[in-house]
Amino acid sequence: MKYIDGFRDPAAASAFRAKLEEHGKELSDAGRSVCILEVCGSHTMAIARFGIRSLLPDCVDLVSGPGCPVCVTPPGYIDAAIELAGRGVIIATFGDMLNVPGSDSSLAEARADGARIEVCYSPLRAVELALENPDSEVVFLAIGFETTIAPVISIVKQAAASYAANVSLLTAFKLVPPALDALLTDPDLAIDAFLCPAHVSAIIGSNAYEPVVKEYGKTCIVAGFEPLDIMMGIDRIVELAAAGKVACENQYSRVVTPEGNPIALQLMNDLLEPEDAYWRGVGVIPASGLKLKHAYAPYDAQVKFGISVEPGKEHPGCLCGSVIKGSHKPDQCSFFGKACTPDAPVGPCMVSAEGTCAAYYKYLRTT
Amino acid sequence: MLIDSVEADGTASVSMAGVTHRVNVSLVADPKPGEYVIIHAGFAIEKLNVEEAEARLGLFSELAEIKRGAERT
Amino acid sequence: MKKHNESIRLAHGGGGKLSRDLIEQEIISRLYAERESELPDAAALTLTDSDIVFTTDSFVVSPAFFPGGDIGELSIYGTVNDIAVSGATPKFLSLGLIIEEGFALSDLRKILDSIRRAADRCGVQVVTGDTKVVAAGQCDGIYINTAGIGIRIPGFDLSPERITKGDCVVVSGTIAEHGLAVMCARNGIAIEHGPQSDSGPVHTLVKAAADFGAEIRFMRDPTRGGLSSVLNEIISGKRSGILLHESRLPLSPAGRSASEMLGLDPLHVASEGRIVAICSHEVVDDLVACWSAVPEGEGSIRIGTVTDKAGTVVMETATGGTRLVDLPKGELLPRIC
Repeated sequence: MKYIDGFRDPAAASAFRAKLEEHGKELSDAGRSVCILEVCGSHTMAIARFGIRSLLPDCVDLVSGPGCPVCVTPPGYIDAAIELAGRGVIIATFGDMLNVPGSDSSLAEARADGARIEVCYSPLRAVELALENPDSEVVFLAIGFETTIAPVISIVKQAAASYAANVSLLTAFKLVPPALDALLTDPDLAIDAFLCPAHVSAIIGSNAYEPVVKEYGKTCIVAGFEPLDIMMGIDRIVELAAAGKVACENQYSRVVTPEGNPIALQLMNDLLEPEDAYWRGVGVIPASGLKLKHAYAPYDAQVKFGISVEPGKEHPGCLCGSVIKGSHKPDQCSFFGKACTPDAPVGPCMVSAEGTCAAYYKYLRTT
Repeated sequence: MLIDSVEADGTASVSMAGVTHRVNVSLVADPKPGEYVIIHAGFAIEKLNVEEAEARLGLFSELAEIKRGAERT
Repeated sequence: MKKHNESIRLAHGGGGKLSRDLIEQEIISRLYAERESELPDAAALTLTDSDIVFTTDSFVVSPAFFPGGDIGELSIYGTVNDIAVSGATPKFLSLGLIIEEGFALSDLRKILDSIRRAADRCGVQVVTGDTKVVAAGQCDGIYINTAGIGIRIPGFDLSPERITKGDCVVVSGTIAEHGLAVMCARNGIAIEHGPQSDSGPVHTLVKAAADFGAEIRFMRDPTRGGLSSVLNEIISGKRSGILLHESRLPLSPAGRSASEMLGLDPLHVASEGRIVAICSHEVVDDLVACWSAVPEGEGSIRIGTVTDKAGTVVMETATGGTRLVDLPKGELLPRIC
């Protein structure tokens, strides 16, 4: 298929494998290794789906960071959604959220108990639901990184245009660049380079990573999410590391521009303002979240329903927080594959389609 | 995916191998039939720069050819 | 009165005149009319063999009508195929209907016509059945149960214990199209011109494979949970494992597109007219050739091998890496980023 097959050609993958071995040898001959953090859910899944880890040299440690917005959302957010559902509100959500454990329960369990939970592919379905159910309130579970934020807040514009006053957003938007800062100042981690997200970068632009390179001297490569893009990006990082160099490069120039998507960024600027946000596993990162501006309070579910999102209770012993940060691998968690499986998850990393533990469980574990 | 047609209401019909899908195009500037877009959650979030895409495909296909050539000998 | 006649009412399941009318005018007229005797409560059958296969399946697909098929034909093919992959020739079926009050009579007629066509295509007879009607909201449209009897075909020795390293995994055509067709129709995500359901019979393939019966260890139709479910089940707890090759997995262009658009792994999605078989290495080429020559087997291909990596299904990916092929998880969910 056009613009898909050519980015998955096995012969080209084999060529990159050879390059990776060559650059990897240069690196290990110099007595060094490289720890690469990838912070994009789509990268996590593609790496697992195409078995890319099996093609990397030993000196490359590829770690999955907090690139899954479901995983970094605290259990208290699910608790708030369940509370709203209990008040008769129709909860509209992306499918990933259904099985995420809150402090005591999940949306799937609430649905089995009679709550109205509607899975949406597009966030605009929430406006349709509001129009179809004029006597009910609809709340959309508005979580996501920059790629998803502009599509989700389009609900507000659409609702206003359709005169639907019975729809609102329970927001937990997160931003990637502040998270990179936090990860680089975390004493538990020793990251050498970032494989930067594909479609978050399409929105925020490749220039967004310049400060990371300047301040911390860490290489940032923006890579596409097809397997050859990812292998090329990793190879470039290893090549630079072997040569003792640092760079900020955009390898996804077919989609990502230096300044990003101005329409999406303008919409975000118009409707949202920064807030401190709580990231599961990392803690509070200043100015790493976005909330609706005061003028849009009628569409803000926290204001409308007088509900606040607390961190909530995490399961003791669940290592999701450390896995999300990249300081532990999934199979280092004592629950992994035993008490915690996709059908009976303990933490969100096992549930979300882009969760690190889910990807490991699906593709990499040995029985 | 390829834009087949654009409607006045901010949506477009896109397709891949003949399978069609209706998406929102309000986040991309001046979408036109014949252009390619990246889709996320039912929205086009960016256009594909076809020149850059072709250049990258060219690189990958060259690498593939060299590899296949080396394996033949 | 006209409106009253357009849909199924509770009284249609009550056993009274309306019941009788429905059964005679809609069901018997389509399925039993050629038989001279009255419709009995139970079918008296004469079987030529005492080595029989018996199975049952229930069908609750939503929507009832989907691209390339409907619940009616599915209810016949599903049970015919379960009998066939056990190495038997399907003969007789029962048909149980549970219909929601308010279901359109025109839809019921289409479904019954479809059942008749499918039964004829498979050379099976529907010999007995039952019809119930429940109040609105107590079932979703229509549910169907079929049970079936078949006669074993001599020459097959289907036994998963015989699966051994070096055996081959074969599939009789493109995969996942039924599940993808239903997902495109159900989710309201405005996908059109997607794949058509692959719903269809496989008994002709089984009959054709009888010549190699002794060398075939296992056959199954990969329905719920797709190929991944069937293959993981069959090697679970065994000494063998399976290695698949992604480059050999047969997918139609529409199937590939739809799975990319929906974010679904085709290995987890149901087919309703395919066989996945494990056979000895000696006969694999002949089996593939034999199936390819039958219309229902177009696109048959060897997709993998049996290994000695106990209990694991692993795949060599399109880019040359390796990954585990795991059981699908619960409900199929779309992605967010």
